[in-house]
Amino acid sequence: MRTLLLKSLFAKPVTIGAPAADAAALAEVGRALDLRARRLFGRSITIREVDAGSCNGCELEINALSNAVYDVERFGIRFAASPRHADVLLVTGPVTHNMKIALERTYAATPDPKWVVAVGDCGCGCGVFEGSYAVIGAVDKVIPVDLHIRGCPPRPIELLRGLIALLDAATERKRSAGSHA
Amino acid sequence: MSMPTGSIVALLSKLSAHAQQKPWPRYDVDAETWVRIGKGLAEGEGDLLAMWGEPKVVHLALRVAALPHPCVVSLNAAGGAFPSIGAHHAPAIRLERTISDLYGLKPVGAHDVRPWLDHGAWDLHVPLGKRRPADRSVPTGYAFRPVLGEGLHQIPVGPVHAGIIEPGHFRFTANGETVARLEARLGYAHKGAEGLLSGAALDKAARIVARLSGDSTVALSFAFARAMEAALDIQVPPRAQALRGVMAELERIANHFGDVGAICNDAAFALIHAHCGIFREKVLLAADRVFAHRLMMDAIVPGGVARDIGLDDTEILITMLDEVAVGFSEVVHLYDDTPSLQDRTCGAGVVSRELVKQWAAGGHVGRASGRDFDSRRDVAYAPYFGLAYDVPVFDAGDVDARVWVRIREVEASIRLLRAWLAALPQGPVLVAVPAAREIREGIAITEAFRGDVLVWVRVKADGTIARCHVRDPSWFQWPLLEAAIANNIVADFPLCNKSFNCSYAGHDL
Repeated sequence: MRTLLLKSLFAKPVTIGAPAADAAALAEVGRALDLRARRLFGRSITIREVDAGSCNGCELEINALSNAVYDVERFGIRFAASPRHADVLLVTGPVTHNMKIALERTYAATPDPKWVVAVGDCGCGCGVFEGSYAVIGAVDKVIPVDLHIRGCPPRPIELLRGLIALLDAATERKRSAGSHA
Repeated sequence: MSMPTGSIVALLSKLSAHAQQKPWPRYDVDAETWVRIGKGLAEGEGDLLAMWGEPKVVHLALRVAALPHPCVVSLNAAGGAFPSIGAHHAPAIRLERTISDLYGLKPVGAHDVRPWLDHGAWDLHVPLGKRRPADRSVPTGYAFRPVLGEGLHQIPVGPVHAGIIEPGHFRFTANGETVARLEARLGYAHKGAEGLLSGAALDKAARIVARLSGDSTVALSFAFARAMEAALDIQVPPRAQALRGVMAELERIANHFGDVGAICNDAAFALIHAHCGIFREKVLLAADRVFAHRLMMDAIVPGGVARDIGLDDTEILITMLDEVAVGFSEVVHLYDDTPSLQDRTCGAGVVSRELVKQWAAGGHVGRASGRDFDSRRDVAYAPYFGLAYDVPVFDAGDVDARVWVRIREVEASIRLLRAWLAALPQGPVLVAVPAAREIREGIAITEAFRGDVLVWVRVKADGTIARCHVRDPSWFQWPLLEAAIANNIVADFPLCNKSFNCSYAGHDL
């Protein structure tokens, strides 16, 4: 273990630079956040992730946000174990009929003010599972959604851009137009 | 021992197979033969590989060591019922409950007739059978098995869990800290895949199958493609076969890196988790550059692979392997040299050799408990033919053994990858899928990182999919998790669960 730690002292960090906020996501969440919320949040949000029926591809990439390369906590974003500790629900789908009540209850257990981010093509639409007897579909058919991050699954960098847009809107930190990454 | 050994072989030898299914035979059987095969499986004559329904037929796939190939037996169930296999052979129980939920065919003589995937939340009863309208109920009522005894209490967990994981419910009955019994309730991620696959065009079906369990998307697409290719007599070009192997092994090492890290993290050893997270990320970044998708989703298609790679791409992969191989070997030494970590993993979550044999549990769950089976070697397929391939097998059956299976598999996969990348065959990577012209059936097994996945497909004359069944390895691993956690402390459940890492989505379909 000593050699591993010693090496770490001299190695360059693996963490990548911060990506710019996604312009489209900024516009979408800007509408959703009022001034009061901006004051409350500061530059920190706590997320509760809810898999409402995904294939687990989105979960793999959401988990990757916490690895040393993306290191989501440096932006003030952390994941919580309980919806009662969360500001934001990060929901993947498609929402199945079997998960509808659990999702509604998780939403109800999240204190106000709260925001919902739908993740993935299934969570934002219904993806390839459209038309099945077993799915309701997009997350916004069950609970109100403030931000959509599409992709199948979205890359961690795309998730990060969307979440930073949420933070930026919360702190009213405007970026110059055209910084779209 | 009421059954003579080899009775399944004797039964099957009298039957003639359907011409339409390839490459392994499918036989129509009568109810008596069906039951005798079920009893033979219970006697340990072979492995139950899968069991699935159609509106009027039930199918059972099995593998008997004395026969050269796996096979399928089919029973007419037009009367709405079939003799239960689960009554004799427990691994069939949840499969039969699923057939009953989706197709309305009742397993006669079954001991457990509770619904499984149907939580009472759909608009329909038997959605793939007679489709009767249903009143939705609150999907929380479920008769968990009673556990009686002094000082017992229950701990309900899920379907929304504390971590970033999939939905499922675990009902623990504990005596103080110790788990007396765990019963899982699954099906929350059920998306009706078999219903969507029926009647789907080929490309749509391929995209659905690739999304039944995102972490195994390569293995699922690989199995689906091979089942289609068997059905339609398609010869895949050698370069495509090698690239499929490359993708399958990249998926395996990426998942094993993630699992080794996450298991150590659940034992509060975050250093290994941090390093393994970087290794996994390096694999996925390289996959993204080379195959244009981090998880390589939709990259394997019937007929070959969706895109070719260049010489630069080969270099990217070789460089990445050099980096992660060195780093991983240091992490393995660290795991081996840290008694405080092994104090958590050794002796925790033990599964017996008898159970993994009975359940034909694939992957690290089986191989950590002495089951020497790997479909890459034992039901060999391209590009694994003729490779001298070591299957790591351990005996302890605990969390530690499941970690070591993964470690040895990473090393073996890196050797395979280096060999293929050093000598990729030249030539095309895709051939056109020919017209079916008649009903055809195909079946295939591939080795996903967590075990063998099976895909069975029936193609219509117009080339669309008539039926498709996908059996994830988790079907035969989830029930063993319930055995593994018994007499462990509740707090070790995340550790044991992660050492299995079963798929919820792949099971729930």
